[in-house]
Amino acid sequence: MGDRVRTFGDQVYSAMALPLLAIGLALIVGAIVIIATSALEPGAEIDFTLPFRAYGALFEGSLGSPNGRVSTLVQTAPLILAGLGIGLAFKAGLFNIGAQGQFLLGATAAIAAGVAVEGSGPFVAIPVAIAAGMVVGAIWGFIPGFLKAFSGAHEVVTTIMLNFIALALMSWLISGPLRLPRSPQPVTPTVEDAALPIMIGRDGHVGILIAFIAVPIIWFLLYRLTLGFEIRAVGANPEASRYAGMKPKRLVTLTMSLAGMLAGLAGTLNVLGINHQMNATFTTTVGFDAITVALLGRSHPVGIMLAALLFGMMRAGAGLMQIQAGVPAELVDLLQAVILLFLVASPVLRRVFRLRGVKSGLGTTDTMARTYGNEAIR
Amino acid sequence: MRGITKRYPGVVANDNITLDVRPGEIHALLGENGAGKSTLMNVLYGLAVPDEGEILLDGSPIRISGPTDAIDRGISMVHQHFMLIPVLTVAENIILGDETVRGAGFLDLNQARTKIQELAARFGFDIDPDAKVETLSVGQQQRVEILKALYRDTRILVLDEPTAVLTPQETEEIFLLLRRLAESGRSIIFISHKLYEVLEIADRITVIRRGKVVGERLPDKTSEKDLAELMVGREVELTANRGESSPGAVSLEVKGLHVKDDRGHEVVKNVSLEVRAGEILGIAGVAGNGQDELVQAIVGLRKATGGSVTLKGKDITGLSPRKLHELEVAYVPADRHRFGLILSFSVQDNLVLNRYMNAPFSRGGVRNDSACEAEAKDCISEYDIRTPSANVNAGTLSGGNQQKLVVAREFDRDLQLLVLDQPTRGLDVGSIEFIHGQAIAKRNSGTAILLVSAELDEVLELSDRIAVMFRGELVAERDGRTADKNEIGLLMATGGRAAAQGDEPFVDIDDPA
Repeated sequence: MGDRVRTFGDQVYSAMALPLLAIGLALIVGAIVIIATSALEPGAEIDFTLPFRAYGALFEGSLGSPNGRVSTLVQTAPLILAGLGIGLAFKAGLFNIGAQGQFLLGATAAIAAGVAVEGSGPFVAIPVAIAAGMVVGAIWGFIPGFLKAFSGAHEVVTTIMLNFIALALMSWLISGPLRLPRSPQPVTPTVEDAALPIMIGRDGHVGILIAFIAVPIIWFLLYRLTLGFEIRAVGANPEASRYAGMKPKRLVTLTMSLAGMLAGLAGTLNVLGINHQMNATFTTTVGFDAITVALLGRSHPVGIMLAALLFGMMRAGAGLMQIQAGVPAELVDLLQAVILLFLVASPVLRRVFRLRGVKSGLGTTDTMARTYGNEAIR
Repeated sequence: MRGITKRYPGVVANDNITLDVRPGEIHALLGENGAGKSTLMNVLYGLAVPDEGEILLDGSPIRISGPTDAIDRGISMVHQHFMLIPVLTVAENIILGDETVRGAGFLDLNQARTKIQELAARFGFDIDPDAKVETLSVGQQQRVEILKALYRDTRILVLDEPTAVLTPQETEEIFLLLRRLAESGRSIIFISHKLYEVLEIADRITVIRRGKVVGERLPDKTSEKDLAELMVGREVELTANRGESSPGAVSLEVKGLHVKDDRGHEVVKNVSLEVRAGEILGIAGVAGNGQDELVQAIVGLRKATGGSVTLKGKDITGLSPRKLHELEVAYVPADRHRFGLILSFSVQDNLVLNRYMNAPFSRGGVRNDSACEAEAKDCISEYDIRTPSANVNAGTLSGGNQQKLVVAREFDRDLQLLVLDQPTRGLDVGSIEFIHGQAIAKRNSGTAILLVSAELDEVLELSDRIAVMFRGELVAERDGRTADKNEIGLLMATGGRAAAQGDEPFVDIDDPA
């Protein structure tokens, strides 16, 4: 019964209430777990201040020092880009679980391209490497998009499968064709020219800037361009969009390609900025963390940026928390998982906390429910 | 029900409503969409808790905690959209939720069968308890719903727009059944906005407007016009004054069209028709006889497997919706939620849903919000869309206003061809009057209009010519000025072939959806 005009403040409240509640509840659950696990240690006394010290250390580790702040930004950048990719897909009614594979292959391609053009100078090598990573990421998004649009194969299934294929492909490439000659380990050569310049601190590379610039660009795409209007329309109601003259099949394929491109860019900037090489056992959790980021950010670019910053902070501060408070860094994984659980259970939260006028579900989880079991898009 | 008040944030859905229903009475509840009929019935059925007021059953106040409680107290509801499971049999559907169990959880269907047959026989109809519900006609399915209530010894039966989906003949049958039920001492609450039906069936009529009871009438002391004005709160024109049409040259021409449905059954068989500029051709037919597929093939949403569609001599068979839009073809779909609107988008975005990419709504791929807003303002005032602003989601509007939104978007330009598929389904008198008026204005300005509707009254009211569609074929054509309602109704139900045995149940060999 939204019969009155909603102010901007109302809209922000309605969009932020649930995510903030989920974060708050996750911190409480985290505190309980911290107390419980510390009490299990032999001879330990129950220390109710431990959670405060742990969260304090987490905060200090991420924002308390210049190094911590740079580290937060470094951790945040890939989460923003991959999160934007997943959020964009959500807007089109698609659940892109494939960010992980898109990330890994994008990173591999960027290194491969960087190695290939080594010696041509940064002004050539960096753009070439970035473009290679984006194109390969886009291809890894195009495949499930195309399959969804033209055969109805559900993107959740195909992107999960493509994650495994990407991982295997990456390992083979690095231990085979891309391997550093005469190296005993499966690693690629280190790129020199394609390595991203450092802006701030020890490892604050230019990729951070690119990630933050992507936020207004994706916002502009979604809310100002006709293409974004079409993407959102197809996500909200494919039938009505088709009837209004849009082409859902093409849009689904295009959106998944764009999503893959963004995740590929995330991987690209990460390796060009930090590792400068790939090894066959390269692991990351960005592709999956970004799903929670996109959900927590309600698929809105600004929300995704804020959520990515939060997760980046947790990743950056985990080390200090372990050192200072003796709480394992894995607590961060627990917090992320609990946030996700509370988000997915948002209808329950709404009931328990009697939230009125707050956006139901996550928009995205509704979309998920609707796209599951959908037949092929006509 | 005494002094029932139910508030929702921002609205008073029921404002001090008092409704009394006597045993053996058919009590009609009349009101526009959004007047508060459904809320009142939800209160009665235990789905909503009233803020004020009380419900009295046999003189003593009761609290109804939920549907199960309501059923236990003998209150049953038949919803407009049937709550039946198509793959189960009649008996299985009826006992659902009230299964007679024998021993360790085995169903006792025999007992149920006997009881169902007894009940059916007592109220004068015949039903096979072992027939699968999906093989039954809509009218029969409705009887199953009613049986479901009787099986639970219902004393108060609420029917929500029971005739919306029925042919005139089926409506007569259901009325007969309702009268028998009333004679047996049961009370019936009949919700409708079809005035003549209410006058025919009800013993008493209560009219609700904006959450308040605005009048109570006895059918022999009132008239359709009186009721309509009570309902809408102003004078209304009941029959669209369609005036004389002056058809011009043939605009739309469909030749030998064949179309298959999603499952590959051919549901449109060799259909040919033509519509002239400035003329309304109405296609009457019971829902599910291929009208949907015919319309979809014409407006570019479905591939025809044979035949051709031409517009002013130009072949438009298989063109995309956008191409057709450019050729000044517009389409108002039957299911506005599914095809017509994006409910989570604003009114403004919905109004430009099919032309967002054109100037001035966007330039160079960048959208221009102020142009969209200006257009929205125009449409909202011109088409009388009641909305607090152009920025609220379309889903928050009432059904009538949602449909006006679709109509505004489609009508607001010069048109060669306008396809109306059930344009007023589920709407109230005021909205219907408005949309019919707009359609006639379009016709008078030279647009060819193809109207498809399962509402025979609507077809009769608007059409210059009427064609009847039955099992994928056009079986008859009549002049709109002289068409006879009963004849068309019979043609809709039988296709003119089994006219002698009009009572024969309608079972589609192609497994109706």
